[in-house]
Amino acid sequence: MNAPLNYVPRSDFKKRTFAATQDPHLRQSFRSAMDFLMAKRQAQFPDQEAFEHLRALGEEVRRYSLSRLPELLEQLEANLTRNGVKVHWAEDAEEANAIFLEISRSHGATRLIKGKSMVSEEIELNHEMAKHGVDCLESDMGEYIVQLDGEKPSHIIMPAIHKTKEQIARLFHEKVPGVDYTDSVDELIQIGRRILRENFRDAHIGVSGVNFAVAETGSLCLVENEGNGRMCTTVPPVHIAITGIEKVVEKLEHVVPLYTLLPRSATGQAITTYFNVISGPRKPGEKDGPKEVHLILLDNGRSQAYADEQLRQTLQCIRCGACMNHCPVYTRIGGHAYGTTYPGPIGEIVSPHMMGLTATHELPFASSLCGACGDVCPVKIPIPDILMRLRREASHEAEPGRPALRGQGAGRNRLVSLAFAAWRTIYSHPGLYRLYAWAASRLNFLTPKSQLGWTASRTPLIPARQTLRDRLKNRA
Amino acid sequence: MSARDNILARLRAAPRSSAPVMPDVAGRLADRYAALRAPEADRFGTFRSAIEAAHAEVHETSGAEWPALVVRLCREKGVAMLACPPAGDLSAALMLEPDAPEIWGYGETMEAVKGRLFDATDAGITRAHGAIAETGTLIAWTGVDEPRSLSLVPPIHFILLDRSRIYADLLQAMTEEGWAGRLPTNLLLISGPSKTADIQQTLAYGAHGPKELIVLVLNPEGVAA
Amino acid sequence: MEKRTYPGKPRDVYLYATCLVDMFHPDAGMDTVALLEREGIRVHFPRDQTCCGQPAYTSGYPEEAREVARKQLDLFPLPWPVVVPSGSCGGMMRHHYPRLFADEPEARAKALALADRVFELSEFLVHVVQVKLTDRGSAETVALHTSCSARREMGTHLTGADLLAQLCNVKLEVHGHESECCGFGGTFSLKQPDISSAMAADKVAAMQATGARGFISADCGCLLNLNHTLEARKEAFRGEHLATFLCRRTGAKP
Repeated sequence: MNAPLNYVPRSDFKKRTFAATQDPHLRQSFRSAMDFLMAKRQAQFPDQEAFEHLRALGEEVRRYSLSRLPELLEQLEANLTRNGVKVHWAEDAEEANAIFLEISRSHGATRLIKGKSMVSEEIELNHEMAKHGVDCLESDMGEYIVQLDGEKPSHIIMPAIHKTKEQIARLFHEKVPGVDYTDSVDELIQIGRRILRENFRDAHIGVSGVNFAVAETGSLCLVENEGNGRMCTTVPPVHIAITGIEKVVEKLEHVVPLYTLLPRSATGQAITTYFNVISGPRKPGEKDGPKEVHLILLDNGRSQAYADEQLRQTLQCIRCGACMNHCPVYTRIGGHAYGTTYPGPIGEIVSPHMMGLTATHELPFASSLCGACGDVCPVKIPIPDILMRLRREASHEAEPGRPALRGQGAGRNRLVSLAFAAWRTIYSHPGLYRLYAWAASRLNFLTPKSQLGWTASRTPLIPARQTLRDRLKNRA
Repeated sequence: MSARDNILARLRAAPRSSAPVMPDVAGRLADRYAALRAPEADRFGTFRSAIEAAHAEVHETSGAEWPALVVRLCREKGVAMLACPPAGDLSAALMLEPDAPEIWGYGETMEAVKGRLFDATDAGITRAHGAIAETGTLIAWTGVDEPRSLSLVPPIHFILLDRSRIYADLLQAMTEEGWAGRLPTNLLLISGPSKTADIQQTLAYGAHGPKELIVLVLNPEGVAA
Repeated sequence: MEKRTYPGKPRDVYLYATCLVDMFHPDAGMDTVALLEREGIRVHFPRDQTCCGQPAYTSGYPEEAREVARKQLDLFPLPWPVVVPSGSCGGMMRHHYPRLFADEPEARAKALALADRVFELSEFLVHVVQVKLTDRGSAETVALHTSCSARREMGTHLTGADLLAQLCNVKLEVHGHESECCGFGGTFSLKQPDISSAMAADKVAAMQATGARGFISADCGCLLNLNHTLEARKEAFRGEHLATFLCRRTGAKP
């Protein structure tokens, strides 16, 4: 349809979004998947008032927890330690991977089996472990499919949402020895089940993420449907959990509103098949469960968001994915185009802290600010407001006396700044504006016919021959 | 300075929001759960329809009749080997039944029984600690008497539920029983057989855990099954 | 969306036409005046008005937006309602001005007072004027598109539909993904042309699929985005500003 804009150099992000929007197959599969997820979520919240009441409580719990974050992390650490869980802290991906490697080496472990964990994607655990001869296998069906194809997840809840069953059927047939082509979903799942079961049984270490960490009890809560999370945290002799530092809540009962909101918002389920509350390794007399449990608390830029009261709201996120399911941009380009672990609206506001604005300054602009994300967020993160804030930080140097974000000002563009300076001058001086409007309308035949991105798929904007104010004046 | 000290120092240096007030979760959710908590509410009916909607099978039975029912279901489902908790009461009751499948008690550590559990066992049976009506959820309180893997690894999971142990909602179960002060190493909420929709949003059961979840509800004496 | 209490029908109103109406949709401005005057309302146009500030505000230039917005705060000295015939601009003044001046108590007080009397056109006609329309046109089927922010912040999808429902020969067809963004988003349409174009293409296709003759909108940004997309695609389907449509159907003369 529309031709690439050859006269503007395309960034990698723009190249990816262009390719995605031109791929009818991708457009169709995301459209139908998002329609499906939106309808399922809507069915779980039939009463808007009740939803607002519930999410106000969800927001309150998250804000309260964040307001006491350092204290709660210490309380969590103390109670986990009391329960026999070893707690580690990592400032960034490198430190977290080093901890994984050290634990693996101390057990002579070469086979890790992993339940779904976006934080492990964030630190590129599989890739880093492979460098050291440690094999880390994904066990969530979607993650397994994506790993088998050498890809990354395109959605935080449904990692293989970009693939059709026919593509998965071909993938299994090509990559899994002895598998005939079948596009029956049941048969494909049973193939995955058979292969992964052997790995649950024989892996040396199980890896998982954490949905909520409870400070008062020293517990890790995992939410899932498949049972692979339970397998990873039950069968191997060692369990390593990894989580961002923001996931802690104080009281066990604080989990209730969050868990009520999470699956309903994510996949439109009232509840997941499993809610797994882990409060320690196998105790004397117990027949199973890991003998060693570790928790890695990862910062990786979260404390930068925490340092600012507006940006801190980013950390309220419970990773349901509703914002991407409802995002018209995500629906058009899918998850891979973002080039980040977390795609969609939440990815646009959290990735700048993890990766710095130098790598991510375009992301806050990849939104029409339609507000759908903020409307469905179960913990009321004002995503559009934070996007606008990050647009500012991407376009300006830090103000004196205020800490700069990593990569602050990386998206600064002299021409854009000049354009807005000129705009301000004209539009804050009514006389100048009238002159400008008069000239632009009388001389509208001089309007450039090529107007940057606008005319890529639209006819040029040309002012009317006579402005409204002139017409009103003439009438009077 | 360790990573821990650095992270905590950065968090402490951040501006603190105004004095935080502990959210009143119970108070704020009271309305939501009022109807289900009322004495006349049909908790069993709510539980049953919710868990059946999640593809679980529910049978009403009694303290005397459940072993025969389990044996019949085992026969129908082709279960040749059934794993039971270590305590022995369930296995003893089942072994009295004619035509019972092969039964083993989970009396050793998982390392010792892993091969049998993963590769030869068709079904496991456990006792539910209780249930939650709102969402059709079983509470599994694992520990010395109940290995975690018994409700996870075998392809079929039978679970006995005492009908009098159905709470209205999760918050009620949690607060009335004081969970925060006495959590087991692994508390599980189970709301159906294992499932996934990771391939083209098509629901498939038996992803990694049990393909079938069979709930045997034990009615108190005098309540007809 | 908050619940709002509405005043009674006034004798006088200010028209805040926005830069888009002034320069690109003057007809919509004239038609707005005609509709209000027919209801016996005197319309006053503050000549020093320029732009609500939204282009800079949403692009990461809040300081520039604030300077432009500051000038608009002083345009409305008398306590009359301010009617805005372009939804998202109305939302900017009603919801974002008070936040833009959060750190300046005096300006913030002014912004709050102004926000309280800013009304999007369809909202004003339905809730304040309580207008009763008489349809004089022949049978016609249309779709309705509302800007995302106006819809969320002021419920314009309801008031827009309410006005169309008063026209007995007009049939409103609801299109697929009706609440979804058309891809305008201010400078988004310039900065992300590929995504924006894909969204606009889907929106015009969905509206055309209803079999409607055209579509109605009270949001000038969306109208420009969709009409210029349609024009580039050489399609006859077009959007019409709500004020223009209402004038045409009910015989009000600008």
